Formats: sequence, C-alpha cells, structure tokens
Amino acid sequence: MSTTTVRPRPTDSPAASPPSTGARAGRPKIRLRRTWWAFLLLVATALVFIVPLYMLVTTAFKTNGEIYAWPMKFLPSELTWANLSTAWELAPFGAFIKNSLLVTAVGAAAKVVLAVFTAYAFAFLPFPGKKGLFLVMLGALMVPGHVTLLVNYITIGNMGLINTYAGLILPGVASAFGTFLLRQHFLTLPGEVFEAAELDGAGHFRKLASFVAPMSVPAIATVGLVAVIDEWNNFVWPLIITNSVNMRTLPIGLMYLKANDGLTSWGVLMSGTLIVVLPMLLVFLFAQRYIVTGLTGAAAGGGR
Amino acid sequence: MPDLVVSQGRSHQRVSTAYRRRYRRGVALFALFAFPNLALIAVFAYWPVLENVYLSLTSWDFISPAPLFIGLENYIQMFTSGTFLGVLRITLIWVVVVVGVCLVLGIALASLFSMKLPGTTVVTGIVFTPHVIAGAAIAAVWLFIFDQNYGLARVVFNAVGLSSPAWTTDASWALPALIIVSIWKGVGFVSIVYLAGMQGMPSDVLEAARLDGANRWQLFRRIILPLLSPTTFFLVITQTISAFQAFDIIAVMTGGGPASATTTLSWFIYDQAFNRSNVGYSAAAGTVMFVILMCITVLQFRFVERRVHY
Repeated sequence: MSTTTVRPRPTDSPAASPPSTGARAGRPKIRLRRTWWAFLLLVATALVFIVPLYMLVTTAFKTNGEIYAWPMKFLPSELTWANLSTAWELAPFGAFIKNSLLVTAVGAAAKVVLAVFTAYAFAFLPFPGKKGLFLVMLGALMVPGHVTLLVNYITIGNMGLINTYAGLILPGVASAFGTFLLRQHFLTLPGEVFEAAELDGAGHFRKLASFVAPMSVPAIATVGLVAVIDEWNNFVWPLIITNSVNMRTLPIGLMYLKANDGLTSWGVLMSGTLIVVLPMLLVFLFAQRYIVTGLTGAAAGGGR
Repeated sequence: MPDLVVSQGRSHQRVSTAYRRRYRRGVALFALFAFPNLALIAVFAYWPVLENVYLSLTSWDFISPAPLFIGLENYIQMFTSGTFLGVLRITLIWVVVVVGVCLVLGIALASLFSMKLPGTTVVTGIVFTPHVIAGAAIAAVWLFIFDQNYGLARVVFNAVGLSSPAWTTDASWALPALIIVSIWKGVGFVSIVYLAGMQGMPSDVLEAARLDGANRWQLFRRIILPLLSPTTFFLVITQTISAFQAFDIIAVMTGGGPASATTTLSWFIYDQAFNRSNVGYSAAAGTVMFVILMCITVLQFRFVERRVHY
C-alpha cells in the first residue's frame, strides 16, 4: 500500500510498479531510460528536504571543532554527547519535555473526546435547530486563530489561569474541524447495525461505545494524530500564556535556549532542536497515512 | 432518520408518549454531548472576534482597571502612520511570494510525482515531513544554514563565487530568508494536495486528449490545470490564510527585525499587545487582519460558485 496518497487507490501500490497505463508504457527499464531527467529531479527534490534535516542531526552530535571548520565537514569523524548535555545545563529541558508531553497528551485526548461526543450528537441525536447549530459550529473554522490570541489571553487571565496547564490546554481543545470530520464519517456508517442494537434496548452510550466508536477507529485516529501534532508544535499560544521558564513547552524552550546560548554554539541549539523534532518525526513515520489524510483531508474534497 | 425535528404542534396527537419521551431524552443527551464543545467554541473562537472589535476602539495597557473608549482613534493613527502601512506592504509581499511560489513549485512537484517513478512514495513522504515539524525547530535549523561563516548557505554562495550575506541581520536579506524557509516548510503539503487532485482526475479525459495528439504541455495547460482549478482555489485560500498568520518562523529567526524589515501583520499584532502593552492598537490591527481574511473567504465562495469549473 502506498502510504502517502490521500485516497488509497489500487494503482498506487509499490512505487516501482508500472503506472496504470502500464501496457502502453512498456517495460520499466525502457521507461527509466526515457525519464532519467525526471528521476534526477526527483532525487534533487529529496535532497533539498533531506540535507537540512541531515545538517540538524549531524550537527547535534558533531564536536565544536568540526562545526566551526571551513570548508564544511559534512561527515563527522567523531560523535559527541557534549552538545546535548550542554543544552540540558543551559535550559531545563526536563521541564520542557514534561510540559510538552502533558499538554499534548491531555490536550489531544480532550479534543478527541469532545469531537467524538459532539459528532455523535450531531449525527444521531435530535435537537431543535440542529442544522443551524452545525453551521454556526463550522463558521468557527473561518475565524483566524491569530485574531483570537489577545482576547483569549485576557479571558484566561480573568479565569486566573495564566501560567497554568489548564490555561495552556483549554482554548485549544475546542474542536470544530475534528467534529465535522467525524460527523461526516458517522453518517456513512451502516444504520442497520444500530437499529438492531436499538431494538435490543441499547442506549446511546452503548451505541457510541460498542458500535459507532469501534467502527470509526481510523477516523478517530486521524483526528487524534492531527491534534497531537498541533499541540506539540504549537508556538504562539504557549509563548503568550506562560511566563516562567519551568512552564514553557519545547518549542518555546528552544527559543529560550537560542537566547541563552544558541547563536554562539550551533551544536547545542541543534541538539535542543532535535529533541523537539524527533518525537513528531517518529509519529509521522509510523502513522504517515492517517496524518496525510487528516492534514489534507479538507482538500480531498467534499468533506471526506 | 429518527431524529428529524418533530414539529410539535401538528403531530401532537399522533406522536406516542413513548416517542416523545425518547425525543426529549435525545435532546437532553444532545446538550450533554455537544454543549461543552460548543461552549468552548463560543468562548474561544466567536467571543474573541466581538471583544476584539470593542477593544480596538479603546486604549488599554492590561494593567489599568478598564479599557478607555477612544472611538476610531487607533484606526486613524494606524492608517496615517507610515509604520503600519509599511507593515501591510511587507505582509503583502510575504503572502504573495510565499503562496505564489508554493503553488507553482507544488504543482510542478505534483506533476513529477504523478509520473510514478521508482522511489516516488518515499520522496512524497520526505517533502511532506516539514509540515509535521514545529516551525520553531525549522527556524532554528535554518538559522544555522544561514550562518554567514559556517552555514550551508555559504557553501552554495561560494560555489557560484559569492560570499554569503548576513541573512537574518541584514535588512534587505531578512525577508527573503524567511520566505525561503516558509516555502521549504509549505511546498510539500501543497504538492501532496495537488497530487491527490491529479489522481482524482478522470483518466478517460486525459487518455482521449493523448490520443488526439496533445503534447505534454498542451495536456497540462488545457486539461490538467483547468481540472485542478477547484484544488487551486482551495489552496490559494488556505495557504493565504495561513501565510497571513505565520508566526513561529518569524519569532525565532528575526523577531520582526532588523529594523522591522520582517514585521508582518501577525508579528505586529503580537508585538503591540505583548511587548508594548498597546492592547487597543493591537486589537485594531487584529480587526484589520480579520476583515482581510473574511474578504478573502467570501471572495472564495463567490468564485467557487461562478468560475471553478472548467
């Protein structure tokens, strides 16, 4: 299975296989001879994106002597943990990691739970003016987040939650897009299954827990993974709402590290950066298909 | 669907008490399930827009007891000061170049990917990667790349016989530096969306054009591009909205400097509120951003209805 295309199609399995017009294109070898320039472009494209990441990883473990050598040493001759331990001394990375993990886990979990329940309500429960309410909820997608920062800061301040985990998490757990995605999915589930359950006297909680949710695991996973990435990478809100070093999340901690040392020591800054990047790289590596579907979801058309 | 709203008056007699009880329980459950989320959306998405408009008519510093109403003074000051007009100019350059280049490169990459060469799947994964990495981290990596003495940019510049500029500290290079980073972060996403659009195209149309002897360019210009117009519209709007709000790369790499050379509207809104405590002024700039983005969204809807199809 291809892992990157938005819509799984029978023709995109292994990349090396001939395209759907295989009969006309002839044997792969001949094709490759005709398209060597395109292949070269493909490799160049990959390099444009790999090389900066390669610089990040190697610099994090290079010695200062090799980082500050010219001509540039692309291949480190020895590796060191010194940068990482310096970064840890200069900034409380333990606290940053703890904060990021906590905010991401609680924030994403709360967001998924809210989205599942709200989507269930809009898909299966009655309410006067439900359609209008749904449109009002979707309208929230058009509100640019950056415009809400100032007032949300004041609101959280009035609640006395500045520099707290609750303040960090609360505004981000409201879910309009996730709700929309799940509601559309719930409406495609086969109704016969529920009707049978309803005849057996199953209530809505049972229906949600034993039928709707288990039948929607991929969709819920997609919403959850997108929430995890958003929470982990979030920058401007944690920057505003926290004000002590020990409450900072990793992306803000990175800026703190840069202010404290970064520009005089690239190895240290890169090792800090690696800590921020690595978890999401791993998540992406293992759940690429869900993530790409989720993040490009709206683009795939018609609210898939 | 069982939950179609029962029009209470007319069907009163016919609806059994059991059904009505079920309906009422359903309504209560709807409230239980949906209201927490809807309340959060009201408080943290809709209320800010209204309150922001009010704050834009006041002068406040977060500390004094209450915002002081000053009418349109913030707006008058904004549109008569060269600073803010400069901010709008920088924002315009930023948005147009970032979105424009991302779209052109994105469609080129998508065309390349759609050739299904060996290794394409891996490369699509690689170009998408920056989209899931924190902007702050990407900014840190590129700060190193742009280091005048030890960065990768110097290798590239030296290769063509030039010396690397002082990217982020030189007022004429800072904005281009940020634009490059933003394109690097965004183009993969654009290309994957375009690729999905291309794969959803009816293959019989392409086949027919090919049989009629259309060459590669004609095929692209006359068939593929028009067929992709809904995707293009979607991308123009979403990418424009996110380019307007770009923040983390700017914050980490330049902090709006040097000498406000990279102060976009989004940085300006943040800077006025949280570095200078000019709450009203920041709210006014926020309202300007809101109005601009709303206009773009409305424009999209009108366009989509009229012109998107080929």
